[in-house]
Amino acid sequence: MAQHKVDYTKSGGLPVALTSIDKLANWGRSNSLWAMTYGLACCGIEMMAAGASRYDFDRFGTIFRASPRQSDVMIVAGTLTKKHSEFIKRLYDQMTEPRWVISMGSCANTGGMFNTYATVQGVDRIIPVDLYLPGCAPRPETLQYGVMLLQKKIRANSASKAQKPKRLM
Amino acid sequence: MRAYTPKDDVQKKSYYTDRFYVSPQVPKQEVESDEIFAADLAAIKTKFDVLDAYIQVEQMVVFIKPNDNYKVLELLKDELEYTQLSEMSAIDFLAKSNSFEIFYQMLSMNKAKRIRIKMTIENGAAVNSVEKLFRSADWAEREMFDMFGIEANGHPFMKRILMPYDWQGNPLLKTYPLQGDEFAAWYEVDKIYGKEAREEIGPEIRDTARVDRYDSDRFARLGHEVPKGTKITGDEPVVEQTYQEDGGVFLIKKFDKESSVVIDDPQR
Repeated sequence: MAQHKVDYTKSGGLPVALTSIDKLANWGRSNSLWAMTYGLACCGIEMMAAGASRYDFDRFGTIFRASPRQSDVMIVAGTLTKKHSEFIKRLYDQMTEPRWVISMGSCANTGGMFNTYATVQGVDRIIPVDLYLPGCAPRPETLQYGVMLLQKKIRANSASKAQKPKRLM
Repeated sequence: MRAYTPKDDVQKKSYYTDRFYVSPQVPKQEVESDEIFAADLAAIKTKFDVLDAYIQVEQMVVFIKPNDNYKVLELLKDELEYTQLSEMSAIDFLAKSNSFEIFYQMLSMNKAKRIRIKMTIENGAAVNSVEKLFRSADWAEREMFDMFGIEANGHPFMKRILMPYDWQGNPLLKTYPLQGDEFAAWYEVDKIYGKEAREEIGPEIRDTARVDRYDSDRFARLGHEVPKGTKITGDEPVVEQTYQEDGGVFLIKKFDKESSVVIDDPQR
């Protein structure tokens, strides 16, 4: 094909894409949601399954990090005890903004079946939550769907302005 | 939510009594019916006071005096081959007799026998630690201290093991409410945000079965999601939750069912 016949506007043509900074930043954020390993109970097993080869979180760009400094989203998977509550707050504070929280499973949502003195009745008493996943425990598919909804939520927000820091109070 | 009723004397009165009901008792046998146990009991009796002894479900139960516990367990370990302390804890009899019952569950692998040493202590009294004899008593005595408030004298690290160090109350006491007292209910809020945050965060919602479709502070109705705190009238529009926005996503290919291929051959 002669040089002048190349349609530069088609894919593989002109190596230029036009977009807004907003979309570009949101594209980057939503497709590299590094999750903090926060398996507290049996939901953690489902979270690990979602990360393993059968369900494969890597194709969403969700890679588990063992440090709050490197992670964007905290997936609270399991029962939060009162003894542990101060540490979840500390780890949340150590995450860099913008940061998101997925509350996975009944126990993290409301305390679940552990209606006892030692269990926090919902992690939203400690940290602000973006997404609640129902289930006991939710299947890995549910967690994947939740992450995709979170990606949608991130894309819906404006990235050019500084994200308003979420505070419980 | 069901109102909390004080459970101070919950053991004293039962809410249902059958006039002719006889509570089933596990049958007890004489210690003499088992040769090994009889010899063991005789060895204990030569040195210590035995208040009561019997065999129940092929295990010998021996009641001793609280001050003898270390010496009795030492005798069992060194001379009678009961080399394992498989379990120990306390039982709350505060409502019945203002006392705790401490039990030590011993196992002899050589004899294939189990002995349970029991003793009764007054409320507020401490016991002698047997941690020097059995390492398993280390955590067990800490748990007993945590759950019942019974201290073990001579324990190297007498601190709570399950609950946080700054916890108040002993959760396994019969008087302790299952859903926690006021200290427990506000523990995480008080510790992290301070007492003045109680009003803003609000009390715990303990009734997990409560469903209120007009409450948008907690969870919105599925498929009819509204922003937090919105007043719900009942004619909210259906919000379709899809994986992706309708217009597609920047730099991401939308999954197209028509152009996808289904692989039928598993041996491919």
